[in-house]
Amino acid sequence: MNIQDIQNEIIEEFAMFDDWEERYQYMIDLGKTLPKIDEQFKTDDNLIRGCQSKVWVHASMDNNKIDFTADSDAIITKGVIAILIRVFTNQTPKDIMEADTDFIDEIGLKEHLSPTRANGLVSMIKQLKLYAIAYQTQLN
Amino acid sequence: MFNIDNIRKDFPILSRKVHGKPLVYLDNGATSQTPIQVIDAIVDYYSNYNANIHRGVHTLSQEATDKYEEARHKIQHHFNAKHAHEIIMTSGTTESINLVAHGFASLLKKDDEIIVSALEHHSNIVPWQMLCEKTGAILRVIPMNDSGELVMSAYDNLLSDKTKLVFVNHISNALGTINPIEKIIKKAHQVGAAVLIDGAQACPHVKPDVQALDADFYVASAHKMCGPTGVGMLYGKESWLNKLPPYQGGGEMIAEVTFEKTTYADLPHKFEAGTPNICGGIAFGAAIDYLNSIGFDNIASYEHELLEYASKKLLEIEGLKIYGPKLSHKTSVISFNLEGIHPYDVGTILDKLGIAVRTGHHCAQPIMAYFKIPGTIRASFAFYNTKEEVDILVEGVKKAKMMLS
Repeated sequence: MNIQDIQNEIIEEFAMFDDWEERYQYMIDLGKTLPKIDEQFKTDDNLIRGCQSKVWVHASMDNNKIDFTADSDAIITKGVIAILIRVFTNQTPKDIMEADTDFIDEIGLKEHLSPTRANGLVSMIKQLKLYAIAYQTQLN
Repeated sequence: MFNIDNIRKDFPILSRKVHGKPLVYLDNGATSQTPIQVIDAIVDYYSNYNANIHRGVHTLSQEATDKYEEARHKIQHHFNAKHAHEIIMTSGTTESINLVAHGFASLLKKDDEIIVSALEHHSNIVPWQMLCEKTGAILRVIPMNDSGELVMSAYDNLLSDKTKLVFVNHISNALGTINPIEKIIKKAHQVGAAVLIDGAQACPHVKPDVQALDADFYVASAHKMCGPTGVGMLYGKESWLNKLPPYQGGGEMIAEVTFEKTTYADLPHKFEAGTPNICGGIAFGAAIDYLNSIGFDNIASYEHELLEYASKKLLEIEGLKIYGPKLSHKTSVISFNLEGIHPYDVGTILDKLGIAVRTGHHCAQPIMAYFKIPGTIRASFAFYNTKEEVDILVEGVKKAKMMLS
C-alpha cells in the first residue's frame, strides 16, 4: 500500500469515532501495541529533542525501503508515533520525503501539530523525513 | 470580606471554555490570571497618557512619569523597603537575578563561594554557573531531603568566610516548599555573605517584609501576582545597589555623557537603561493594590483550605503520589504522579477536560533527578479557585488513570 492509501485508511478509521475520548483511547491502544524497539537503539542519538516525553526513533533500510521502529515513555506520544510509523514504514525514501501529512488534521490531532506543542509531533515528522533524506542521499 | 463569587467575577478569563468545557485554571504557579482592575489600568494607560517617562516636559510625559513612580512606591510599601530607590524595575525575576549576578562578577574572585539550594528553578542555577565560570568562584548546593525540604545542617557546613553570596528561593516552584529564609539569611550574614531571595513563587501567597527578613536582595515577577507579563522587580539594600556596577548601558541610566567619560545616574535609574515597560510597571502597581484589597491573610487561609481539600481528595486515588513537604510547610502547590503513568499523558487528558495544569520538570531538573522521575503533574491553586474546581480535577485525574492504565 502506498502512503496515500494508508493515510486514507487511517482517516476512515478515525471517522468512526464520535468524540475525543474514543480517539484518544484508540491512540492509547495503538501506543500499547506498538512493536517494541530493540533496546540497543534507545540511545541519545536516536532521541528526538523538543518533546516533553522521550521519543526514540530508529531507521534501517532494506530493499530500498525504510523500516522505522520507535518507543516513548509516554503512551499518548507512543500512539502518535505509532500512527506515523504505520504511514511511513516500508516506503521508499523518495516517497517519504515527498509525502504530505495533512491527514493529521483530518483525524482530529491538529492540536498536536503546533510547533510549540510540547509533544513534538512536528519534530517527529521532521526526524522521519530526515532519515529519508539521508537514505536517499545514499541511494544517489 | 472574602467572597469567592465576587472575586471570580473580577477575572474575565475564568468564564471562558476550553474544548467546550469550563476552564479550570490550575497553573497559577506558571502565571496567574489578570483581574479587570489590572486590565483597566493597562487600557487606561494606552487610552489616556501613553508617553515616555522622565524626559518630556509635556503633560502626558509628566502624567506617565508620576504614575510609574507611584507604582514604584506601591511596590516599595508592599515589600516594606526603606527607600523607593531600592526598588529596581526589571522585566521579571530572571532579569533581576541576572542583574545581581552580573554585578557580582566584579566583586568575586577565584575560590570565593556561592551557595544555592537544590530546590532552585533553572533560572536560579544557570546565572550562577555562568558567574562561576567567569570569576573562578565555586558553586555549592544545599541538598534537600525526601520530603523536598532543605537540609539545614548541611547548609551550616557549607558556610564559611569564603561564602560571598547565598541564593535561595522563598518558596519552591516545583514542590511548593516554604524555605526557612529568615534562618538562611541570618546565618549567611554571620559569615559576611549577601543573600538574594527569589520570591517569584512566594509573592502570590505571602507579603514579604524585606527589612524584617534583612534580605540583601529580593526579586519577584508581576505576572505571578495578577499583574502583566514582562515586568518584575529587584529589591536591593541601598548599600549593595551602590556597590554593584550598572547592568546595561543606555539612556536613562546616565548622569552625563562625553566621549571621554560617562557618569551614571543615581539609584534606581543606574539600573534602568532605556525606556522601561511603563505600562507594565503601572499595571504591576494596580495588581499589588488588587491583592492587598483581597488581603494576604484571607488569601493564605483560603488557599490552605483548598490545598487541604485537594490533597485529601487526590490521595484517595490509588497509586497517586504527592511530592514535597507536609501541608503546613508548603503553599498551595500539589506536585504529583500516578504510578506507572507519564505525567505528560495525564496532562494531555486533563487539557481535553478543560483543566490547565503544568506537566514536566518545571524547570527544576535536579529535583526530578533526585526523585528519579521524568517530571510531575503540578496543580497550583490561587485564591480565585474553588472546591468545585478541585472536584473537577480529581474526577479528571480518575478519568485519565482509567484511560491510561
